[in-house]
Amino acid sequence: MASRVFLDIVDPWVNWGWLSTHVPYVLAAVQEHVTLTAIAVVAGFAISLPFGVVAHRWTRLRFPILTAFGIFYTIPSIAMFALLIPYTGLGGVTAEIPLIGYNVLVLVRNVMVGLDSVPAEVLDAADGMGYRPLARLFRIELPLALPAIFAGLRVATVSTIGIVTITAVIGLGGLGQLILRGLIESFHTPLVVATVLSIVLALVADLGLAGAQRFAVPWARPA
Amino acid sequence: MSVLGSVIQWMADPAQWQGPDGIPTRLGEHLHLSIESVVIGAVIALPLGIALGHFGRFGNLAINVSNVGRAVPSFGILVIAFQAFGLGDGPIILALTALAIPPMVTNSYVALREVDPDVKDAARGMGYRELRQVLRIELPLAVPLIMAGVRTSAVQVVATATVAALVAGGGLGRYIVDGLARSDYPRLLAGALLVALLALATELLLAGVQRLLVPRGIRLKEAPVNRVITVKTA
Repeated sequence: MASRVFLDIVDPWVNWGWLSTHVPYVLAAVQEHVTLTAIAVVAGFAISLPFGVVAHRWTRLRFPILTAFGIFYTIPSIAMFALLIPYTGLGGVTAEIPLIGYNVLVLVRNVMVGLDSVPAEVLDAADGMGYRPLARLFRIELPLALPAIFAGLRVATVSTIGIVTITAVIGLGGLGQLILRGLIESFHTPLVVATVLSIVLALVADLGLAGAQRFAVPWARPA
Repeated sequence: MSVLGSVIQWMADPAQWQGPDGIPTRLGEHLHLSIESVVIGAVIALPLGIALGHFGRFGNLAINVSNVGRAVPSFGILVIAFQAFGLGDGPIILALTALAIPPMVTNSYVALREVDPDVKDAARGMGYRELRQVLRIELPLAVPLIMAGVRTSAVQVVATATVAALVAGGGLGRYIVDGLARSDYPRLLAGALLVALLALATELLLAGVQRLLVPRGIRLKEAPVNRVITVKTA
């Protein structure tokens, strides 16, 4: 408040003049944001696939797997970043380890639930047709688990886009850098633009994945 | 000196246990911010979700509110609240409350929707009036999922209250933010450990409360994992 009185000007929520001259700067932040998110979701998915299959097959391992990732998921991201700094420094690795870990919980659960939901008759039919276990998994079970997997991917992606802004505290952040700048300089424009763009990015990613799901799972299309 | 050793030494220092920057004060601030936000959020969200679920109206709204809530960056909302309303607990609690509401609305809506229609018919047949039916029949059956929503919100609020230290808020996040700013690793790590423990304690405590609130007759019907709304905003 004091600085605004001192400068004797009212800072508008969006200064369009500033924005028009800073398009490349904003786009660079968006690009970093998308990259950080994509790595976290793709790596999280790659790790969760085997864990999800294991949790589906061996029900005894279900509880330990879900509990371990559940504990990780409960720990706030800012605390995770802080705990990693002495080991991995400030930067990409410190940002990605927690982001990937959070996505693993969401995706393991959905892979498992998706595989659980495959009807027993379908499995019998596949066995009767001579599918071997691995071929049955990849050709029959995982495709039928896709709706649940896509639901998990959507939740994971949207959440990650929001949490990436917090990596601004360790020098990254994508759009989070603009939020931090808005805070430090008491300058509204980057703050508002970054918050709105982060929401838009999340909604676009969600819609994109919903579209991909319709394409990948044509049999589940609502009539 | 090992990293862990320096953290233990920092925690063992009596100076960390007193004064305005002491652990008890910071923990108290963190709890104050979190509890107030979750309680205000619950007072708004639960009646709304329960009413929408009972009458089966505006289902899309009730479901989508948590999808949109997930898309809102908590860091951005905290900074906007700070810039709009200035320093103090009020703006932080406002932002935290806004983040706490969506999961509770969605979960309580789904919880009421999933009450077996036959049970509702039976209640009506026994002469229960609308309000009594909601309070005595539907709510007890919906408790597992409603509490799952409260738990999700509470853990997220505790996490996001940590981020509030960036906008000059109090709470345990101060140690992380100040530790980073001063390159004071023992402070940074001790803060991170305390925040992690507080989040886990919140989760465990509310899981216990949930267990106590679930009527004995449906104890075995825990909230199924695939129906609990997952939300992680911080």
